[in-house]
Amino acid sequence: MTSGGAIKRALVFVALCVGAAIFSVPFLWTVSTALKTNQQVFAVPPQWIPNPPQWGNFRRAWTELPFATFVLNTVTITAIAVVGQVATASLVAYGFARFRFRGRNFLFYLMLSTMMLPAQVTMIPVFLFWRELRLIDTFAPLTVPAYFGGGAFSIFLLRQFFLTIPRDLDEAAMIDGATPFCIFHRILLPLARPAIVTVVLFSFLAHWDDFMGPLIYLNSMERYTVSIGLRMFQDMFGTQLELLMAASLVHVLPTVVLFFVAQRYFIKGVALTGLKG
Amino acid sequence: MAYPDGKRATLGWRDVVRKATLAAGITRRGARGNWDRWGYLFIAPWLAGFLIFTAGPMLASLYLSFCKYDLYELRWVGTKNYEVLLTRDPLFWKSLTNTAIYVLFSVPLGLTGSLLLALLLNQKVKGIALFRTLFYLPSLVPAVASALVWLWVFHPEAGILNYALGWFGIAGPQWLQDPRTALVSLILMSLWGIGGARMIIFLAGLQGIPDEQYEAASLDGARGWAVFRHVTLPMLSPTILFNLVLGIIGSFQVFTSAYVMTNGGPNNATLMYVLYLYNNAFRYFKMGKASAMAWILFVILLAFTLIQFRHARRWVYYEGGESD
Repeated sequence: MTSGGAIKRALVFVALCVGAAIFSVPFLWTVSTALKTNQQVFAVPPQWIPNPPQWGNFRRAWTELPFATFVLNTVTITAIAVVGQVATASLVAYGFARFRFRGRNFLFYLMLSTMMLPAQVTMIPVFLFWRELRLIDTFAPLTVPAYFGGGAFSIFLLRQFFLTIPRDLDEAAMIDGATPFCIFHRILLPLARPAIVTVVLFSFLAHWDDFMGPLIYLNSMERYTVSIGLRMFQDMFGTQLELLMAASLVHVLPTVVLFFVAQRYFIKGVALTGLKG
Repeated sequence: MAYPDGKRATLGWRDVVRKATLAAGITRRGARGNWDRWGYLFIAPWLAGFLIFTAGPMLASLYLSFCKYDLYELRWVGTKNYEVLLTRDPLFWKSLTNTAIYVLFSVPLGLTGSLLLALLLNQKVKGIALFRTLFYLPSLVPAVASALVWLWVFHPEAGILNYALGWFGIAGPQWLQDPRTALVSLILMSLWGIGGARMIIFLAGLQGIPDEQYEAASLDGARGWAVFRHVTLPMLSPTILFNLVLGIIGSFQVFTSAYVMTNGGPNNATLMYVLYLYNNAFRYFKMGKASAMAWILFVILLAFTLIQFRHARRWVYYEGGESD
């Protein structure tokens, strides 16, 4: 390795360290604020390590509003939606990846083009549709649509991954008399684990994070999700920043934990899939 | 797949499916075309969803945009909603201008930032996995939580940003509380997410560039910038186009940060298009007007997308044949 290479790598390392420090500040700042007393929060210059740390802030944030209920609601909605999204998106992706039916390319591009459709164009009639069914203020509008293909992006990601799996495996199974379902479930699904995990992660984030959906569809507090609860918390205790930051951390934590659990597959899923074709 | 006899009892339902398909004559004994017809069955969930949740509502929304509808009374008013919006509604233009400025800055800055970060994170230095994770983390923060955190970062007196500016002797502005800096604050905040999905997509794109390309360039004597300009950039251009198109569409729909942090204020300085649309629909119950706004947004985005794809022929490099 030449010395030029070493210098370059040192520069890259320093740039990454500086960038990572800047990007981490809001996190550290949040954690630090969440552990302060209300007086310490507004102290100038800021005190980075609160002494003593106010662990009680978390308990207070958790009990001032029924956060346990909010978390349970969000978990319920997210779990139901993720299952639907992964199950139906992988079926649809299999259909697009392995069968040459008439109109396939047209339908595939039609599906892809829905990725570019702003949600607002369908938002109001879909709201009126759920209202007509008297399902406003239930979880149905937030979960049922996930069972209809799970969105263009998940389908695309899985379809690209299925295309990388050699067709010989399917054809061997076909000659043995396997049904399409059997090939899907015994051959493709087990091999597509990295892509599936990636879709699970994206789907989890999308539903855990969703704000506009619950804002439009949920009216009563016992059905609120964490994102709506947090917004309500802001309205009620906006000046108690230590509690607001503690409550925000409750919202962040599950996504970070899940990311670390799924990370290994996730990077692989995106990298192997690529975005060509 | 052939099942050993011993397993038959536990795999009963698969046999049922298999027998049913045999009875329908659409397995290996049938023609290839029969086999392929299964495709329709597999894509059926999406197709049904497309009709119920996309195509149908789109038509309904187009119809509504020519009506006055307050959830009780539906009346056809022709093009009145569009006329009012385009000629007599200053807030419509205000929200469109705000959003255009937001897009104009957050998309190019964000895209360049993501690409730069991807180039850095594609190097072989110590602890690269940790760095990738650190830069990815902000995009894992849910939008509402992120808005609350940044509301606090931008706090004029006790916020960390103005404290840091103080080190350099700069008296920081009032950020979100001043109409002149509120929109800038939202743009700055959006840059916290440059290490997210877009960066990962760039990273995947960079790793997909074959080593031979770099070797050939280095044999030709190309170094540093020239390699980036003549190898990396062209090879990455489809990825850039993808991120650009989706970036513009996503940025035009910015909502949560504006709703939570400023609710459009101060003095409508952060009234974003979708926030105004939401207010019309779910606060004032002007469903017709809101639908008209949705269609105007759709037409704008469609125009942007088509222009980009048309323009793309000049700068996007597609390598070789098509996959399948």
